[in-house]
Amino acid sequence: MKTIRSMLFALIAIVLIASVVGCQPKQASGPVTIRVLTMEQAGPTVDEMNAIVAEFNEANPDIKVEIEYVAYDALHDKITTAMASNPPAYDVFLADDIWYAEFAKSGYVLDGTDRVSKETHDKIFPAAWDITTVNSKVYGMPWLLDEKYFFYNEDLLQQAGFEAPPATWEELLAQSKVLKEKGIVEYPMVWSWGQYEAAICDWVILLYGNGGSLVDDKGAPAFNNEIGVKTLNWMIQTIDDGYTNPASISYVEEDVRNVFSQGKAAYAVNWTYMYDLVNFNKDESQVTGKIKMALMPAFEGSGVESSSINGSMGFSVAATSPSADAAWKYVEFLTSESIQNKYSAHLLPMWQTSFEGENLTKLEGYTPANAVTVPMFNMQFPFAHVRPKVPYYPEASKALQLALQEALTKQKTPEQALNDAAAKWVDLAK
Amino acid sequence: MQRKRTLAQQDMLVGFALILPSFLIILGISLQPILTTLYLSLFEVPRGINLQQTFVGLGNYISLLSEPIFWATIGRTLYFTVISVGIELVLGLAIAQLIHAHPPGWQFLRTSLIIPWAVPTIVNGTMWRWIYNADYGALNGLLLQLGLIDKYIPWLTRPDIAMNLVILADIWHSVPFIALILQAALATLPADLEEAASVDGATALQYFWLIRLPLLRPAILVALIIRTVEAFRAFDIIYVITNGGPANGTVTISFLTYLEMFSFGHAGRGSALSFLISIFTLALAFIYIRMLYRPEEKL
Repeated sequence: MKTIRSMLFALIAIVLIASVVGCQPKQASGPVTIRVLTMEQAGPTVDEMNAIVAEFNEANPDIKVEIEYVAYDALHDKITTAMASNPPAYDVFLADDIWYAEFAKSGYVLDGTDRVSKETHDKIFPAAWDITTVNSKVYGMPWLLDEKYFFYNEDLLQQAGFEAPPATWEELLAQSKVLKEKGIVEYPMVWSWGQYEAAICDWVILLYGNGGSLVDDKGAPAFNNEIGVKTLNWMIQTIDDGYTNPASISYVEEDVRNVFSQGKAAYAVNWTYMYDLVNFNKDESQVTGKIKMALMPAFEGSGVESSSINGSMGFSVAATSPSADAAWKYVEFLTSESIQNKYSAHLLPMWQTSFEGENLTKLEGYTPANAVTVPMFNMQFPFAHVRPKVPYYPEASKALQLALQEALTKQKTPEQALNDAAAKWVDLAK
Repeated sequence: MQRKRTLAQQDMLVGFALILPSFLIILGISLQPILTTLYLSLFEVPRGINLQQTFVGLGNYISLLSEPIFWATIGRTLYFTVISVGIELVLGLAIAQLIHAHPPGWQFLRTSLIIPWAVPTIVNGTMWRWIYNADYGALNGLLLQLGLIDKYIPWLTRPDIAMNLVILADIWHSVPFIALILQAALATLPADLEEAASVDGATALQYFWLIRLPLLRPAILVALIIRTVEAFRAFDIIYVITNGGPANGTVTISFLTYLEMFSFGHAGRGSALSFLISIFTLALAFIYIRMLYRPEEKL
């Protein structure tokens, strides 16, 4: 009996000691591990990202990169949660353009201003630097210089007797009417108007294409005016008329891609990555070879030629990372010109030099998609608009998403919904 | 000379020593976070590293309780909880009785019941999101082939329908849990009661209503408390199927907490919301116990 009891006590003592010892930080031995958080959506595929990691690990035996993927809509919250611990759960993460103001203010992202050489700085598009720069400090390397494009199914348009894509949204409706009447497609358009950031992106395209804007020169909300209401009414009307797929109210970009890939829509708006997958990937698409891209339409009489949404992202190093140097090394590798050229099928390089002279011809030849997406980028990017860079962006965006949803589901009038969202923006800015 | 401890004292000492590790673990993973949350809920906490917190007392609670969005959210959460748990209980009881009657193949039925319950909620949510998809979902395909609809319906775009569809997905996932608990309880009921009742001429309905149901009450209580607390805190299934849309139509209290805490970075308000959830669930559990628990019964 006594032996059993002392054995029990000994056991407990061992467990307690072991648990305390287990808390001691382990001394790093072998290669430094860099943990990377990125997304699996609208950009390079997982296979491509893993291939880049493998290349880096091989070239740098003293560093070991481990990479994790989440959906875009989970990325922001995963980063902010990871940054609550010290050391943070990730050393490197992908951050959206619209989060940099918040992350810089929170002290989450490493100031890399001095790590970027003048030569590197000059070879990258100024618009790309704008992504990761807050108050003239560079908080990461730009990675994805993307915008939404206008896609159309040439085969369906030809069946309806149209040789050219629409140049304005009015022309698009006229074509849609014929497509619908001839029974070629039930809903000519599919959008990502679900209660997600995706809806803001589509709304920016339409709003700016109508001569409107999200904020004025002073940063105050400017979308709750006649143009904003007119644009939102247009969206509602296209659903009522059966030109826009009514499920758009619950869709994100991947739903748009799925519907468009099945030939169930004649027009779609999406990021660069969709072109390669829809037009060349027979496993993913039933309409390969039939998809074209064109300049994004605008509204007649708005004085606007075209408009799109700038959806760029950057890779940053966590400010509290214990291995910041190794982490930055990986970010530099990932965003280097050669890697970006090599993996340009779903993401175009943000290196200005890749688009110049002989390099441009080369870039267009790297993948079958590039021959189309590279010239499209040059055409469309001057019309891309950025969303406000404010620390409270996630909350402001949610308020605007709600307004769009309330109007689209007819719970509020467009005027009321947009005024409520604008009031929230003013409130947040205080 | 050392004072001898009595046998009872020695046993108690060993008992304390044995529960000490688990007590420490519970303290670390349960009590400490609860206290931290309570503490945070009294502050305005800016998101970031080394930023100053401001003490606001009950300010977070007061501002939340005075916002219409909070009460709208509570309303939706109660709707979700009452409908899903209510239907789950009725269906679960029916399935439990069916299994208890041992029809041919009942063992297969009982085993296959575990499958929906074993599927992780995230996977379950993703599956239902696909089923409900307006353009390539199984639900539209099925209804169209049965001739019940003549064209595809965008299910998740209407706030009133969307919430009920999320509830349906939750019911599919959770009915097996209640069915299995009640089936296990039924198996322990003495068979002679049924014989005695039939000798006395009780109808099947009388037997069910007057004998079986009262005997099942403790098991029903356990199942209800667990499921109600879970349903009240439902988050993942909503996050996956609708992300709170359309037009906030499926934003429940846990989803609001998630938005405040993680998306908007209001750790103080988020903590206050977490605490309010705890208070609500505690109140619900208390009501159940008052309604269903009889002291003479053993749970």
